Amino acid sequence: MPGRGPAAATGSWGTAWRALPLELISLLLLLGVWQALATLFPGRLFPTPTAVALELWQHLTDGKLLADLGKTLSRAFVAFGIAMLLGTAIGIAFGRSRLLDRLFSSWVVIGLNLPAIVIAIVLYIWLGLNEFALVLAVVLNKLPLVVTTIREGVRSFAPDFDDLARAYRLSFWRRMRLIWVPQLMPFVLAAARTGLSLIWKIVLVFEVLGSDGGVGFRISVFFQFFDITGILAYSTAFILVVFAFEYLVLRPFEGRVLRWRRRSSP
Amino acid sequence: MIGPELRLTGVGKRFDWLPEPLLDDLSLTVAPGEVLALVGPSGVGKSTLLRMIGGVDTVFAGHVTIDGVEAREAPPAGFVFQDPRLLPWLTALDNILAVRPQTARDEAAAILARVGLAGYEQAYPHELSGGMQRRVAIARALSVNPRLLLLDEPFVSLDRALAREIEQLLAGLLDADHPTTVLVTHLSEDAAALADRAVVLAGRPARITADYRFESPRSRRDAAERENIASRLAEAALEPTR
Repeated sequence: MPGRGPAAATGSWGTAWRALPLELISLLLLLGVWQALATLFPGRLFPTPTAVALELWQHLTDGKLLADLGKTLSRAFVAFGIAMLLGTAIGIAFGRSRLLDRLFSSWVVIGLNLPAIVIAIVLYIWLGLNEFALVLAVVLNKLPLVVTTIREGVRSFAPDFDDLARAYRLSFWRRMRLIWVPQLMPFVLAAARTGLSLIWKIVLVFEVLGSDGGVGFRISVFFQFFDITGILAYSTAFILVVFAFEYLVLRPFEGRVLRWRRRSSP
Repeated sequence: MIGPELRLTGVGKRFDWLPEPLLDDLSLTVAPGEVLALVGPSGVGKSTLLRMIGGVDTVFAGHVTIDGVEAREAPPAGFVFQDPRLLPWLTALDNILAVRPQTARDEAAAILARVGLAGYEQAYPHELSGGMQRRVAIARALSVNPRLLLLDEPFVSLDRALAREIEQLLAGLLDADHPTTVLVTHLSEDAAALADRAVVLAGRPARITADYRFESPRSRRDAAERENIASRLAEAALEPTR
């Protein structure tokens, strides 16, 4: 027999932070390359990381950075939540029902391939330049991706586990909690990660196209003045938020949900 | 705490992709506490019968009753599948609790200890060897219903030493608890090692071609007697059906 059962898994936080140093070195390397290039090619349109950091600090203390970040993030999270909930429900329905899948699969294909900008423009024309149109446009862009990923997850369910559930007379809710959700979770996380990265970008583009605030809106203002330092400062702030979300929320959650997989690696 | 009586009456099963029914008007009774081996070639319908008894397959003709109650409405049996079929995201202990939530954690740990897995409660299935995974599957079956065990080829894909290890474990449990047990196997040696009685199935639709009750208890069977039983069963399985 192999050795005794392994010690209790280290907390998800521990794993997240252990993985950090190498990725931190990678970021420092990126900053170094940026600094070197900016020194080699000095000019107003290619600021150094230090100049961008100072600009970022100034916007943080005097400007509207926090308000803009708040607007963009709230739009992104509302759209993300709606798209994930709706997409998961539709994906499960399509995965379980061949009829529904065949009836609506062409809609999904259209949704996947329709350019994001087209959806945004059409909705802005129909609904006006407002918050609802922006969030709806983001949801409609993200939804087909979630539906497709979850549908594939449901299709990959192991029928053997359904036999197990039948043999042991598991109730519907126990099947859901113990058999279906764990099988679906890797697909939900994949949909969340790819979807979130898509949503950040779409929200910014739509804010450039038409909104009264937010990171995208502010970047479009900087663009009018060719203020590259401002653009990079706002982009950096946004990227820092994305990193915080990745390391403080997404990875610990993923580590917790999929800890049984992590322990399989030597 | 002896096991229940099993009764199959006029059981029939047809699959769309088969030209003939797999089972037709098959009847069989298993006495309380008896260990019955269903022996026969692959595809004859042994596992299908087991699924009917276990309430996994509920679409068939005839009746399967457990102590007079239709199988689908009876308390679940302790079902051991061909593969361990453990939920990979749950620990050994949680795999037991998953199928019977009213089991106390101490009780589940005691059942694991009974199959030789004390100290492995928090191990995930992939952290256990093939033999240990089978032991968890047996522990899970015992936790659900120690009075009725359904064993579907429990030694399949195990090497000889491991199969012998699991066989000894099962023999000990059967002697201690006297559950009513149906053992499905295509190997007559497995039946000779564990069963009190063996029914040989052959043909399509499957018919009972032989029904043997072994006189000596399994614990007293020596290698020669086992070999003798196994060869009789193997011959019966080879006989052409009429």
